[in-house]
Amino acid sequence: MTPTRSLVIEKELPHAPEKVWRALTQGPLVKEWLMDNDFQPVVGHRFKFRSTPVPNWNGIIDSEVLVVEPNKKLSYSWGSFGLESVVVWTLTATEGGTLVRMEHSGFRSDQDAAYKGANYGWRKFIGNLERVVAGLQ
Amino acid sequence: MQTVPDALFKSLADPTRRALFERLSREGEQTVRMLTDNSGVSQPAVSKHLGVLKHVGLVRARHTGRQTHYRAHPRALAPLVDWMSYYSRFWHDRFDRLEDFLKRMDQ
Repeated sequence: MTPTRSLVIEKELPHAPEKVWRALTQGPLVKEWLMDNDFQPVVGHRFKFRSTPVPNWNGIIDSEVLVVEPNKKLSYSWGSFGLESVVVWTLTATEGGTLVRMEHSGFRSDQDAAYKGANYGWRKFIGNLERVVAGLQ
Repeated sequence: MQTVPDALFKSLADPTRRALFERLSREGEQTVRMLTDNSGVSQPAVSKHLGVLKHVGLVRARHTGRQTHYRAHPRALAPLVDWMSYYSRFWHDRFDRLEDFLKRMDQ
């Protein structure tokens, strides 16, 4: 069992930010490389990513658009299995194209944390998980 | 993805339960009363949360007299670790596909 420290992928691609933005925000284009969807680049828009159902999973990701900053930043929630996480795309123009950064983490902190009055978010939990798992080995 | 047990994730989707599990992992075995003191959560609520964690195997209970002692069973987290590994592979694959797709958009 090797836990993944962070789900961050960053790469410079030889394409203009405007073009990468289209691939990230136009539903039919997103389908080409990610999943079928009813995405709209509008904050607050709720949508679904749909992939092939498998046993014990209907293949659906429930999402909501959180941030839309054209050609710069796109974020949506990513809900499946009762876990709501967040995907953030950040585009930075470079001389040769665009630095594309994808982060799937920052598990949304919970508003209803009652225990010990703590705002006990997933981020902290996931961080601690690694230590817990390391202790098993 | 198909092996991910929904119940485990749902049990940990609650912040109070995550905090309880973390505390047991960090501090070792404790009674319901110890877990309730200064927690801001009622004892019945703590008991109920512990019941959910026990159901999915994240905690184990030991009875002595009228006391129930709970301890963490972190091995039950394995599917969650698998889930994170799954998404790492998933996004690397999709990122490659995005890169390929951007090349095709030129044509």
